[in-house]
Amino acid sequence: MAKRFSALLQFALVLALGYAIQMAMDAGMINRYYAHVMTVMAIFVVGAVSLNLINGICGQFSLGHAGFMAVGAYTAAIITKNPDLILPAIFTGNVRFILATLLGGMTAAFVGFLVGLPSLRLRGDYLAIVTLGFGEIIRILLLNWDFVGGASGYFGLVRHTNFFAAFLLSIITITIIRNFIQSSHGRACVSIREDEIAAETMGVPTTRYKVIAFVIASFFAGTAGSMMAHLTQMVTPASFTFILSIELLLMVVLGGLGSITGSIGAAIFLTYAAEALRAFRAYRMILYSLLLILIMLFRPKGLLGTQELSYGLLKESFKSLRTRWQRKKNDDITAAAE
Amino acid sequence: MTITQQILQQLINGISLGSVYALMALGYTMVYGIIKLINFAHGEVFMIGAFIGFFSITKLGMDFFPAMFTAMIFCAILGILMERLAYKPLRNAHRVAALMTAVGLSMLFQNLALAHSWIGASAKGFPQVFPLQRFQLMENVNISSDRILTLAIAIFLMIALQFIVHKTIMGKAMRAVSLDKDAARLMGINVDKTISFTFALGSSLAAAAGVLFALNYGIVVYQMGLLPGLKAFVAAVLGGIGIIPGAMVGGLLLGVTESAVSAAGGSMFRDAVAFAALIIMLLVKPTGLFGKNVREKV
Repeated sequence: MAKRFSALLQFALVLALGYAIQMAMDAGMINRYYAHVMTVMAIFVVGAVSLNLINGICGQFSLGHAGFMAVGAYTAAIITKNPDLILPAIFTGNVRFILATLLGGMTAAFVGFLVGLPSLRLRGDYLAIVTLGFGEIIRILLLNWDFVGGASGYFGLVRHTNFFAAFLLSIITITIIRNFIQSSHGRACVSIREDEIAAETMGVPTTRYKVIAFVIASFFAGTAGSMMAHLTQMVTPASFTFILSIELLLMVVLGGLGSITGSIGAAIFLTYAAEALRAFRAYRMILYSLLLILIMLFRPKGLLGTQELSYGLLKESFKSLRTRWQRKKNDDITAAAE
Repeated sequence: MTITQQILQQLINGISLGSVYALMALGYTMVYGIIKLINFAHGEVFMIGAFIGFFSITKLGMDFFPAMFTAMIFCAILGILMERLAYKPLRNAHRVAALMTAVGLSMLFQNLALAHSWIGASAKGFPQVFPLQRFQLMENVNISSDRILTLAIAIFLMIALQFIVHKTIMGKAMRAVSLDKDAARLMGINVDKTISFTFALGSSLAAAAGVLFALNYGIVVYQMGLLPGLKAFVAAVLGGIGIIPGAMVGGLLLGVTESAVSAAGGSMFRDAVAFAALIIMLLVKPTGLFGKNVREKV
């Protein structure tokens, strides 16, 4: 009971922090450009953490996360822009936006189920190709769908997303995915990553767990897409390309495959880096792909590996540093004595 | 135009397009057969091959065949370098690490091409090296000289590949390594050299496919490797990944299906057909048309 209370307290404190930042933004203490960048960071945290569930925790390889964001973004945009389509007109304003975001996520989850089931049944790398192809198909379909504006995109959305909304979504995503990982279902997913054959032999229904993880990740990708759409007030097929999938992948890899805190840190860092390197835009993707290759060659598990960045880890590494230093000092003393 | 004529015409178009897919699919399938890796950068090798051919013709004034040969040699070397520098260190790492490296390489090549002052973002017209002629086979059924040439070169390369794989020592080594790497090493086969050779072979076929694709469609652009690359992979899966004749049949099958769909009025969905085919194949027979069910031993 005390544990649950302390968790709730933590949750409330974090939300209060987010709300305080939002207040500071509204009061003009944080300039609008930084407010925008911080909101984008929060959205990318959702994207990266959910992708980590597939690529890091389950050991599968999805290349179509941007496609699921696109599904969520377009679904939500259609709902908020047409007051009596899909949802009854009694829902308006932010309530409609929240419901639209949820529905966007659910549509993405459903599509994720359809895409994931045939490819996750098999061992091997089919998921990578199928998701890559899926991203392309979504883009082609959207380009040819006149109802949502085709190639020029879907314009004139109301700006529902503010920092607090994106922040809240990222906190919810992190909480749910962290709890999932620490549950028995999450352990099953980790066992699939470590050795799929062994997991199957021990009676883990591998396909089912892979699909569950994939659907959860697709859901959050969809909600992130909706947030993004209502932040930039438009969606175009060009907003969710393969390049976005690669950026998300790099966030996961940079932070460590399987490390939630790593993904959060990397999402924040890379969003910031993308803004800071705006002048070198043409070379950004070259840098990203080189970074991806080099990390894989020298640290195949990502920078943090599966470890979580926490107070305990810092203390641990500090302690090990100190013992090493102590030992070295002792060695020096004995060497000097001899 | 009667239905029969239309079917025949689309069959011709499809076979010539399919032969290009087949050439590329061979590279995917050989690499997968030997190190169980989807080489995502294969599509970019195709693009680079097309550009080398393009520049050999436009900047160096070469004829078509020497240009294609140059592209093949260049890409063979590129393939070897790629394997040595990027894939070899990861041969015993987790599967996903090697895959991500492959994706990284693919993005790297694409963006280097984009940033290069000779290539850039705009599509360039591939010169009409041979005067375009149309041969009428029947009423309303035509075949152009480029299509005939494409088909002839593709068939020639496939026969050459079959010869290399089945009649030479290196081919024997390739087959041995793809069957069992450790046993092959014990038999005195140089596994590293064999894998490099496989990459060289696959990459040179991709380069030839790139030049032929550019000749047929008349353009070269930095993104041209993406969709053909994906489709060639689908072709490899259709035929059964790791099986060389499977890749040829899969490529032709995909080419014909695609032409049929675009002729039936679904040209907008042409690119989606390949993925629909892939998903259906994965549901029905994941091992591919020619694949056998292999038990996994632990």
